[in-house]
Amino acid sequence: MFEIGLSHYLTVAAILFTLGVFGIFLNRKNVIIIMMSIELMLLAVNINLVAFSSYLNDLVGQVFAMFILTVAAAEAAIGLAIVVVFFRNRGTIAVEEISQLKG
Amino acid sequence: MIAALIFYMFAGLAVASGVMVIASRNPVHSVLFLILTFFNAAGLFLLLGAEFLAMVLVVVYVGAVAVLFLFVVMMLDINFVKLKEGVLQYLPTGAVIGLILLVELAVMFGGWTFAPDVEALVMAPAPTADQVSNTDALGRLLYTTYAYLFQASGVILLVAMIGTIMLTLRRRPGVRKQKIADQIARTGKDSVEIRKVPSGGGI
Repeated sequence: MFEIGLSHYLTVAAILFTLGVFGIFLNRKNVIIIMMSIELMLLAVNINLVAFSSYLNDLVGQVFAMFILTVAAAEAAIGLAIVVVFFRNRGTIAVEEISQLKG
Repeated sequence: MIAALIFYMFAGLAVASGVMVIASRNPVHSVLFLILTFFNAAGLFLLLGAEFLAMVLVVVYVGAVAVLFLFVVMMLDINFVKLKEGVLQYLPTGAVIGLILLVELAVMFGGWTFAPDVEALVMAPAPTADQVSNTDALGRLLYTTYAYLFQASGVILLVAMIGTIMLTLRRRPGVRKQKIADQIARTGKDSVEIRKVPSGGGI
């Protein structure tokens, strides 16, 4: 209980990842909350990588966590830009309205 | 003992604010709870000895990504209450899938062990803290072994920046804007004209 091991961190990451998945189902209409859920999932993955990196004494995990951070930042920026442009054209961000965005 | 208590504090707050991110009615509150989650995750990183990543998490996620979310949520004039309608309709499906995922992860973590030769598989052994700091060690690895990946991530950020600017740039027709190039390109010949005005006649 008071001996914090790798499994404790993995449990936290698993709960956060599940929360992210659950959030996507719970807020199926709001794109912004869905994107926040995706950020939660990426954070959970990062916690996993850093926990393994720490307990295996291997720095590569932290390097990869940094790359994930980079990609997550880029994804958030582009996603929010798309949301802003869509809202400017249609006046809504409800997910079912975006179904006409088929390309 | 103290470390364990601090871990439980960070972990509990991270999970609780994670719940609030997906459950709160107001998206502004969601973003603020997301910021709290990031802070607590940074605390967990600190406990794991990844100081640099903890600080990067605070700077990049809290300082940039979360503020971007906050900015967009506040800028868009949306009836968020209406978007929240029908939540209970999706609740059972989401709960079932979330539960299945959690059980799968629990089963995986329960029956999982390190490979016997895991020490030999370590790619970049982390130096102890009294030799080199975490930031220093990470930089030595990032700028040598992973230099190309580092450059690639820079390219990803550049592409994201250009894409975002191009997406949100809008040229509105019919707006009188100052055209500096045209102003500078004007010469005396096409802006000044000398007329011979007859007295009493006008132009």
